[in-house]
Amino acid sequence: MEKPILEVDNLRIRYGGASTEAVRGVTFTLGRERLGIVGESGSGKSTVGRALLRLLPGATITADTLRFGDRELLTLSEREMLKVRGRHMSMILQDPKFSLNPIRRVGDQVAETYLRHFRCSKTEARDKALAMLEAVKIRDPKRVYQQYPHEISGGMGQRVMIAMMLLADPDLVIADEPTSALDVTVRLQVLNILDGLVRDRGIGLIMISHDLNLVRNFCDRVLIMYAGRVVETLAARDLDRAEHPYTRGLLAAQPKIGGGRAPLAVLDRQPEWLEEKA
Amino acid sequence: MSHRRIRFYGAAGQVGTIAVTLLGLLLLTFFIGRLMPADPVRAMVGEDATRETYEQVYRSLGLDRPLWEQFFYYLRDVFTGNFGTSIRTGQPVIQDILHVMPATIELATFAILIGAGLGVPLGVFAAVNKDRWPDHVVRVFSLFGHSMPIFWTGMIALIVFYAHFGLVGGSGRMDQFYIGLVDERTGFLLIDSLIAGEMDVFWSAVNHIILPAALLGYSSSAYITRMTRSFMLDQLGQEYVTTARVKGLSRNQTIWQHAFINIRVQLVTIIALAYGSLLEGAVLIETVFAWPGFGQYLTNNLITGDMNAVMTCVLIVGVIFIGLNLLSDVLYRIFDPRTH
Amino acid sequence: MSASTETTFRLPAPLLALKNIVLFLLKSPTSAFGLAVLTLLVLVAAFAPLIATHDPYAQDLALTLQAPGNGHLFGTDELGRDIFSRLVWGARITLTIIFLVSVVVGPIGLIIGTTAGYLGGKVDTVMMRITDIFLSFPSLILSLAFVAALGPSLNNAIVAIALTSWPPIARLARAEAMTFRKADYISAARLQGASPARIIVKSIMPMCLPSVLIRLTLNMATVILTAAGLGFLGLGAQPPLPEWGAMIATGRRYMLDSWWLVTFPGISILTVSLAFNLLGDGLRDALDPKQMNRR
Repeated sequence: MEKPILEVDNLRIRYGGASTEAVRGVTFTLGRERLGIVGESGSGKSTVGRALLRLLPGATITADTLRFGDRELLTLSEREMLKVRGRHMSMILQDPKFSLNPIRRVGDQVAETYLRHFRCSKTEARDKALAMLEAVKIRDPKRVYQQYPHEISGGMGQRVMIAMMLLADPDLVIADEPTSALDVTVRLQVLNILDGLVRDRGIGLIMISHDLNLVRNFCDRVLIMYAGRVVETLAARDLDRAEHPYTRGLLAAQPKIGGGRAPLAVLDRQPEWLEEKA
Repeated sequence: MSHRRIRFYGAAGQVGTIAVTLLGLLLLTFFIGRLMPADPVRAMVGEDATRETYEQVYRSLGLDRPLWEQFFYYLRDVFTGNFGTSIRTGQPVIQDILHVMPATIELATFAILIGAGLGVPLGVFAAVNKDRWPDHVVRVFSLFGHSMPIFWTGMIALIVFYAHFGLVGGSGRMDQFYIGLVDERTGFLLIDSLIAGEMDVFWSAVNHIILPAALLGYSSSAYITRMTRSFMLDQLGQEYVTTARVKGLSRNQTIWQHAFINIRVQLVTIIALAYGSLLEGAVLIETVFAWPGFGQYLTNNLITGDMNAVMTCVLIVGVIFIGLNLLSDVLYRIFDPRTH
Repeated sequence: MSASTETTFRLPAPLLALKNIVLFLLKSPTSAFGLAVLTLLVLVAAFAPLIATHDPYAQDLALTLQAPGNGHLFGTDELGRDIFSRLVWGARITLTIIFLVSVVVGPIGLIIGTTAGYLGGKVDTVMMRITDIFLSFPSLILSLAFVAALGPSLNNAIVAIALTSWPPIARLARAEAMTFRKADYISAARLQGASPARIIVKSIMPMCLPSVLIRLTLNMATVILTAAGLGFLGLGAQPPLPEWGAMIATGRRYMLDSWWLVTFPGISILTVSLAFNLLGDGLRDALDPKQMNRR
């Protein structure tokens, strides 16, 4: 197996002032693959994503290993982190309505990523941004470049977001619920664009989601998180053969087209899930 | 097209609002001027005028007419620019006010530059360090500025910086022996002296304006700081700030290039309002610093009971306030892409 | 959350809320300072005859402009009156102003605001327009105009301040009333045939009262500064009343040689208005649910 992009061993995160850890000993490795992290709200999945970028103000992050390529992330200075963020590791946020700056032109926001990390002229960055907007299948990139976020649709906004985060050709992209704010009709479209780009460029992808079906279709491997720890790791195609009762519960709670009309199962949480080791 | 129509109706609605507010202002000044116990005739003719003179003046002022008719005449006078004559100076009130206004505008402008220059960075600084000690220090500092009786601080500052250390000029707009040296063209001494090439006068004027302007500015910075902080906190909690950080921008770049530009419009609005309230502080500080401006003119007339002049002053302040509100609205429309 | 479960004995709900607020305020050093100063102010005003060392009006022309010390803690003024005693008695004037302004402004703001907010429509438009007209003046300038017309005196200054400081209260009460207007229990009262006046007085006003009271506290610093400003301009309290602003005005003539004449009254005004501001700042935090849950 080739050298992994990311190695995480015993990651623990505690928010300032909180009495318990939000993430308690998460361990996984990531190669050039698409990894899904699934869990309910508050399970710590988004926290893991932001911790990798060291963007959790006020939180304490500890880990035995948090290696990204050759870098040990926890020992980097903030200055060095600035060179990692956006350039080598980036993140697609949930809702383009909020994650784009409302009073700056869309294109300038995309180009900013390039300007930040490469020595180049403004026109050069602009051309790069335009090319990237085209790569995310925006039909009239020149026009969209000049628009403000409130003038474009959610699906378009999320494609802009993808363009912005992939522009510097990172090694790893974290997608934090990238489609949950979008209309069902455009979700698939956006995911396909992301998927295509990630595959073509050999970028590692961590997809954070609460949607099992989505993760099953777009990821190679799935981590199931519950209450701050990983309870089960599975290949996406083996999801149906999950053993952990929590995963099985999640699966059972999914509605199926053509399935029975009985009420869906409700998760019956067991206290021992909190402590057992995956 | 639809955007244009909305804007048009917005503008029409605004004109209507302003017209109603103006009319209300006039009603208010009219009623304060006519209905309150102070007797304008007595103020004009003096205590020992004969009954006939009194009656004559009473009629000549139209005070024997019904109220609505008086109000109508008042409106007519105001709209033809006739605000009456000041009893104290014998000049048309409006001429007096135009004469003293530049001194106050100069002071207020200097003060708002100081106030905004102090308040905006402090507000950002406090927001970025929310609930840590810099935030608390800024909070106490700005509440202090908001709490001081400015007429008193003015005196203390005069005692300390002028009388004791001699660091700044004392009362008035310039040193005594420079008065009359520079021709009044704009009425703004700093500009006039530069035009005349009188650098001595210019520096004397700077020396004199710095203390009252600093005090006014400090007191108005309290409001600016508080608002900047709260605007900034709103922005720093937004997702796009995270986006900027994810892109690799540093904390400072994120604050100034992303969050701050989002509050610029709001800042302009509140700075415009703060500018208006400076007029209030100016009334007191001009008295302390013998600053020959609008505030001093108003207080002098208050003391002599020259209601004509007082009411015109009040009206003008009201109009300035409405104007500033309108201005900030217009700026909002121009600078926020979302309103286009 | 924790504060309310801690209490084992039961206080009536409003008192319990008050207790929680006070506890919250005491946690922050700045608002605790504000609370302490205001408590002190009330005590000084209440026990003025006991605290004052001299008769505040007693002149002693042999001992004018005495520096602090020698039996006169803060020195004497141009008529030989003891400044400390005048300040102590002046606390009563300050409290009177605060009390009277609140008593006038609270009901006016409450009635106008709740009526406009509950009735809505034309009544609301007209009332809010009037409020806006008052709001479009800086309060000091409008108070000046009122006092100039009414004639300078402490009572007129209080009336003028009250006349100019009700609009923010009315706006707040209106906003609150509009949220309560749609509540089910209001509809229930309406269906039972209660008149609008009855609903406003019995159901809406009590709901708006707490926030109005807090807003009044927040405004007090401005009220005190305006009152002192009027006193300073000679339009408020008249001599020989020991009003702090007026004391500064008379002391001004002697300020270069006898600094204590203006210094101590100024510090008194500054302290009290700072206390109100700090307290108000704390109250704002205390009543902001986001802040309350943080601990």
